[in-house]
Amino acid sequence: MTYSDAQIWTIIAILGAGTFLIRFSFLGLIGDRPMPSFVLRLLRFTPVAVLPGMVAPLVIWPPATGGTLDPLRLCAALVTVAVGIWTRNVLWAIVAGALTLYSAMGLTALL
Amino acid sequence: MTTSTVKTQTSAPYWAGFRDGLPFILMAAPFAMVFGVIATDAGLTLAQGMGFSVLVIAGASQFAAIQMMIENASIAFVLLAALAVNLRMAMYSAALVPYLGAAPLWKRALVSYLNFDQTYIVSVARYESRPEMTVPERFAYFFGVATPIVPFWVGMTMVGMVAGAAIPEAWALDFIMPIMFLAMVAPMVKSLAHVAATCVSISVALALIGLPSGTGLLIAAGAAMLTGALVEIWIEGRQK
Repeated sequence: MTYSDAQIWTIIAILGAGTFLIRFSFLGLIGDRPMPSFVLRLLRFTPVAVLPGMVAPLVIWPPATGGTLDPLRLCAALVTVAVGIWTRNVLWAIVAGALTLYSAMGLTALL
Repeated sequence: MTTSTVKTQTSAPYWAGFRDGLPFILMAAPFAMVFGVIATDAGLTLAQGMGFSVLVIAGASQFAAIQMMIENASIAFVLLAALAVNLRMAMYSAALVPYLGAAPLWKRALVSYLNFDQTYIVSVARYESRPEMTVPERFAYFFGVATPIVPFWVGMTMVGMVAGAAIPEAWALDFIMPIMFLAMVAPMVKSLAHVAATCVSISVALALIGLPSGTGLLIAAGAAMLTGALVEIWIEGRQK
C-alpha cells in the first residue's frame, strides 16, 4: 500500500459520506417519487456484479503464491461457494472455507 | 400526553427490535474482527481502521476498499468499487420510505446511517407483518435492532486491529478476504439472472486483468449489472 495518511483519510471520508448519501437518498431526499424500474433492477445486481469480479483474480492468481494457481486456495474458495449456496448462510460459508484452507495447509505441512 | 406515556409507547417496540437484533452479533462480531485484522495487515493505523467501521459502517464495501488499496488502485477506483458495492442500499432506502418517510428529518438521517443489510431486512419484515405500527414505533424498532449490533461492529474492529498485529504471516490472511467475499456473495445468487451476472462479472474481470488496477473490475461490474437486468426482463417476458 503506497498511500499517504491524508490520502487514506480522504478515502475514508468520501466513502463514509458517499455511503451515507446512498442510504439517505430516498428516505431523506427523493421521497416517494417513482424511479425508473430499469434503474432499480440494475441496483439489485450490484453486489453480484462487483464482488465476483473482484475475487476471481485473487482465487486464480493469488498474490501470496506469486500469482500461480494454488490448489489449497482454490479448494477453499470452491468449498466456501458450495456451502454458501447450500446453506444460504454467510457465517457457515466463512467457517467452511477457513477450515478447508487451514486443514489443507496443515496437511501439506505434515506431508 | 406526558413524557412517560410517550416512553412506554415506544419502549416496547424498541426492546422487541433489540431482541431481534441480538442474534446478528454472532455475524457482526467475527466480521468486524476479520476486518480489523485485514486492515492492520494492509498497513492502516488503528484510527484509520476505526474510521472505516464508524463512518462507513458497511462490511462488504469496507473489505472492497481495503482490497483495492492493497492493489494500490487509484483513489477514484477505490471509491468507485466500494461505493458500487453499497448501491444496493439505495434500494433499502427506497423501501423504507412508505414506513418511515413521515418521520422527522433527524430520525430519517439516523435510520439512514444505521441502514445496513441486517437492520433493513429485519425491520421491513416487521413493518410488513404489523401494518398497525405507528411511525414512532417503527423508528423505535429500527433503532432497537441496531443497538446491539453497532457496538460489536465497532468494538470488534478494534480487537481485530490490535490482535492483527500479532498474527504471523503463515496464517495465509491474504486468502481470508477472498473467502469473506465468496461467503457474502454465494447466498445472494438466487436466480438465473444472478447466475448470469456473476458469470459475466468473473469472466470479464479475468479477461481484463491486464488493465490498470480497478479498470477491468469497473467494466466487468457494469457489464454484469446490465446482464442481470436484461436476463431478468427476458425471464419475466417468457413467464407471461
